[in-house]
Amino acid sequence: MIAPFFFYLFAIMTVLSGLMVIISRNPVHSVLFLILSFFNSAGLFVLLGAEFLAMLLVVVYVGAVAVLFLFVVMMLDINIDEMRQGFKQHMPLGLVVGLVLIVELMLVFNHDVSHTNVLAVEVTETRSNTAMIGDVLYTNYLLNFQVAGLILLVAMIGAIALTMRHREGVKRQSISLQNSRRRDETIAVVSVESHVAPNILEDSRAANKKLQ
Amino acid sequence: MEMIVNFLTSPAVIALVWIVIKIFAVIVPLLIAVAYLTLAERRVIGLMQLRKGPNIVGPFGLFQPFADALKLLSKETILPSGASKTVFVIAPMLTFVLSLVAWAVIPFGEGMVIADVNIGILYLFAISSLGVYGVIMAGWASNSKYPFLGAMRSAAQMISYEVSLGLVIITVIMAAGSLNLTDIVMAQKGMWFCIPLFPMFVIFFISTLAETNRAPFDLPEGESELVAGYFVEYSSMSFALFFLGEYANMILMSGMTATLFLGGWLPPFDWPILYVIPGVVWFVLKITLVLFLFIWIRATTPRYRYDQLMRLGWKVFLPFTLIFVVLTGGILLGFGLLPQ
Repeated sequence: MIAPFFFYLFAIMTVLSGLMVIISRNPVHSVLFLILSFFNSAGLFVLLGAEFLAMLLVVVYVGAVAVLFLFVVMMLDINIDEMRQGFKQHMPLGLVVGLVLIVELMLVFNHDVSHTNVLAVEVTETRSNTAMIGDVLYTNYLLNFQVAGLILLVAMIGAIALTMRHREGVKRQSISLQNSRRRDETIAVVSVESHVAPNILEDSRAANKKLQ
Repeated sequence: MEMIVNFLTSPAVIALVWIVIKIFAVIVPLLIAVAYLTLAERRVIGLMQLRKGPNIVGPFGLFQPFADALKLLSKETILPSGASKTVFVIAPMLTFVLSLVAWAVIPFGEGMVIADVNIGILYLFAISSLGVYGVIMAGWASNSKYPFLGAMRSAAQMISYEVSLGLVIITVIMAAGSLNLTDIVMAQKGMWFCIPLFPMFVIFFISTLAETNRAPFDLPEGESELVAGYFVEYSSMSFALFFLGEYANMILMSGMTATLFLGGWLPPFDWPILYVIPGVVWFVLKITLVLFLFIWIRATTPRYRYDQLMRLGWKVFLPFTLIFVVLTGGILLGFGLLPQ
């Protein structure tokens, strides 16, 4: 009785918040609704018994990707009216893409997937699905796993290469240089005559000479 | 009449009531602990700075937290006119709720846990990674300079330190061989993880300081340059919710440290006589110890500069924890110590 209730709750919330992502006028609200729909999909995963995937969805998408997304959207000054202008022009293309997706989904659902054996390991009661994912990921799909990691690495290096530039005249802190400084390299004690107006130029020259 | 009795005694309803009782048994002491943590912090810092701290309200100032709460309750809740109203109101609630829901998986003793799930540690990590939303939403919804700057700082800081936090958790998972918090505690029987994984323990502790926006990493609310950071515009109960959330988060992070590194509810030595004292007492003692460290550090260290904070997170902690993950895995594999 409880499981169907939660299924409908999460499912309706996912669809509704997905709808709100494209409807809401404020881009920041859109991202917040996107986060809500991620969260509800995680709830659906939990109902399926795939708690590891659910937590991964929350940690990776909600906890990291969406934060950066929100970050960027907040920083950009997006004009909503300007974004609305191209609506009529782009609508046919959007409708075609949507139609193709719907047809594909219908084909997938009409095709009986229960006979195709996609699971490489036997599902057992004693082994948690976390362990089973590990079993498959690091044996049968090791190559794919490594390639996925490499692609991410390339993307990361690309992002760094695009943004890194060396500017001249920027003061930087060098921790090792600071730590290796000694007192007698930086401070010189100069005796100054009292009751006489100090000759700053002479004194600093004397100090520099002493340091060298 | 009979139908009502039948309904009330059905197993589903009894299970539900039992869960609600368990939740209250955790949340009520937690909120009292939060109230007295604020008092303890002010008293301890006062003593460290040779002051007395709040000692007027009630014996030894013990009623001070309630006086503060009453004061905040009686203040006016202000909604800034330029604010995004809904987000502005939701943000403090989110912070507070997130700091409470994480307690569902923390084991207080043998079998004393609300939900003994298989992926407890991942759940904790997921909830703590959501904490940034309360801050970022508050900063944005206030529609004001200082809160926005504070929120930006906080978001960047929390994401940076989450990376090293995650890697530290991975070493603990490898050493314990389970994602279940009860199993992780039981794996520390005989030797707490803070001894073999001491460097990770230190990094974990420093990262939790950054995750909870505590000194010396309290830049998001650096009062000298940002007034109070992301909650400048908040007043009354919405401010109190942020405050409660922050301190509940501190207790939560201390609980995590105690569970992952200090043996949870286990006594310090595996002697039968020490098991006379119930596990909850040991657990609370360990949490108190870590909380004292939090306060001690706040009283003794100056605030980090922003670039130093980022350098520490990305250039020191990240490489070090990565190396340590490989090292731990290698040692466990090489010496055949991998848990089955």
